[in-house]
Amino acid sequence: MADVELEKVIKVYPNGFTAVHEVTLTVGDGEFVVLVGPSGCGKTTILRMIAGLEDITGGVIKIGEKVVNDLNPKERDIAMVFQNYALYPHMTVAENIGFALKLRKMPKDEIQRKVKEAAHILGLTEWLDRKPAQLSGGQRQRVAMGRAIVREPSVFLMDEPLSNLDAKLRVQMRSEVSRIQRQLGVATVYVTHDQTEAMTMGDRVAVLRDGYLQQYDNPQVLYDNPDNVFVAAFIGSPSMNLYEATLEPGATAVRIGSQTVQLTEQVRIARPALMRYAGRKVVVGLRPEHLPASTNGDGPELKGNVDLVEALGSELLVHFTIDAERVIAEGAHEEDAEDLLKSGEGVARVDPRASIKPGTTATFSVDVERMQFFDPDSDAAIRG
Amino acid sequence: MRTKRRYGWHRYINIITVATTLTVLFVALPILWMIISSFKGPSSINTNVILPDPWSTANYHTAFVQYDFGKAIATSLIVTICSTALVLGIGTLAGYGLGRMPMRGKFPIMVAMLMISVFPSIAVVAPLFLIMRTIGWLNSYQALILPYTAFNLPFAIWILRNYFLGIPKEMEETGRIDGASPLRTVWSIVLPQATPGLFTAGIFCFTACWTEFLLALSFNPTLRTIPVQLSTVGTIYEAPFGIIFAASCVAMIPIVILVLVFRKSVVSGLTAGAVKG
Repeated sequence: MADVELEKVIKVYPNGFTAVHEVTLTVGDGEFVVLVGPSGCGKTTILRMIAGLEDITGGVIKIGEKVVNDLNPKERDIAMVFQNYALYPHMTVAENIGFALKLRKMPKDEIQRKVKEAAHILGLTEWLDRKPAQLSGGQRQRVAMGRAIVREPSVFLMDEPLSNLDAKLRVQMRSEVSRIQRQLGVATVYVTHDQTEAMTMGDRVAVLRDGYLQQYDNPQVLYDNPDNVFVAAFIGSPSMNLYEATLEPGATAVRIGSQTVQLTEQVRIARPALMRYAGRKVVVGLRPEHLPASTNGDGPELKGNVDLVEALGSELLVHFTIDAERVIAEGAHEEDAEDLLKSGEGVARVDPRASIKPGTTATFSVDVERMQFFDPDSDAAIRG
Repeated sequence: MRTKRRYGWHRYINIITVATTLTVLFVALPILWMIISSFKGPSSINTNVILPDPWSTANYHTAFVQYDFGKAIATSLIVTICSTALVLGIGTLAGYGLGRMPMRGKFPIMVAMLMISVFPSIAVVAPLFLIMRTIGWLNSYQALILPYTAFNLPFAIWILRNYFLGIPKEMEETGRIDGASPLRTVWSIVLPQATPGLFTAGIFCFTACWTEFLLALSFNPTLRTIPVQLSTVGTIYEAPFGIIFAASCVAMIPIVILVLVFRKSVVSGLTAGAVKG
């Protein structure tokens, strides 16, 4: 068991491309840390650098207080699970799981015992004599996990291990992986591009973009208090509604398009820095659940033209349009979704009993105390 | 558009089956004729009789006893097996190195190998002969093993390299993390998955060495391989076809066995890389 420390780690490829810019983060002993970000953000590179599969250009990587910059992968006492599982097709499940132990020249009966133990934890006991080709996706995934846990490493590294599974199995395996990790209590670094996976699995989540660490905190903090527009847009599904707006003098209200939303005293107390932006442009962010359908008409409200209503049973997702400019955080959404968002579209999560129909104008209450404010130039959150 | 459905044996007749059958007959008939004729006596070999009457193994007896084909087969086997083993051993390491290891000048090396593989052997036979004579290697196994290995290596390296490239890199990386040395990675992880490539390269090399004539004739006039021994049967006045056929039939056996046993692997080896999957 050990913790992992990255200090100002840099990766520059021979062609001059900088994949990782001075990333600093610590993974505590037994902690489950998720690296998340859009493709090309450097998350897999960081994982591979921790594993020793990729040289680091600058900075220091420590595993359990020991600097491992120049150590071979096998000397780092880590285990890695790959996206395509990388199971050896010519070996049985038992041979796959026991291969690392065989390389360590462990006695055969000891290997057998450990393989059986791992198979038991993963529910693979009856498949031990099968070849990977005879297993389902979920089973293969578990064999890959088995191969990692049997070695009892100090650190687990997982590179999008669930992305090859279908949606339903992915949800199942999500809790399975978390359960096993907690059971073993080994520090784990998990890479994914799926923010839901990051939010549900990670003790802490590191959001990356273009090789820069954007924010590193527990999932709830990322969700409630994103440090910048990118994190705000990336974390949460449906994502946060972000609009260009203007703060009224005295920060008493915010003008979003042609509508004005009154701000309460609590908002100004919670974010004294807002006063500096009085009369200036800001970016405001509202989570869909902070826009419930208005029932009594008092308090701040926002009106929008309803384009589409998705009934999910427990709630309605109301897609609406307002006459404000939507702010797009590049890379936070799929490219197609970015195109759709360009027209002031927003999403509200409302009670399923609300009678909202497409083609009408709906009024949403605005939970201004949960409203986020960002600097339009630096994209940073306005707080303190 | 409605198409007429065919029933019974009619449905097996279409342009593809007809063309395939004709092609197979074109290739197989001479071989079949050779096999049948090898059992004919000297009187019926040059006649229009199709089947031998009576069936006789005299040609085989003569080939082995009088013309010493047993020794030629042994020589061919030694030369071919040694060359194939060397080609596969060196080809595997070179193919893996060129495919996976970080190395400068990979492309020029590959091009140079491709050039060597298309070199006509007649162009090198004379200088090689002089070298062999100088170092006293004429009429030795190594006189053939070495050039056979050299000439067959490029093709094997190409095939194996392409095969190694098709194996997911993550498997080797897992091996590295697990603590396998590069050699162990190749042996335990890469090679078992490249068996179709190994079989393909092996069978092509085996066939090329088994049937090679020019170098064998030039370097080993007395330590003869099968093709050279075959050429010595008969005189300018007489060609004992029965004996030649019998020897040819025996010479065919190893290759037929190899291809039959490994045919699945060879086919998948030949089509590897066509579709990345």
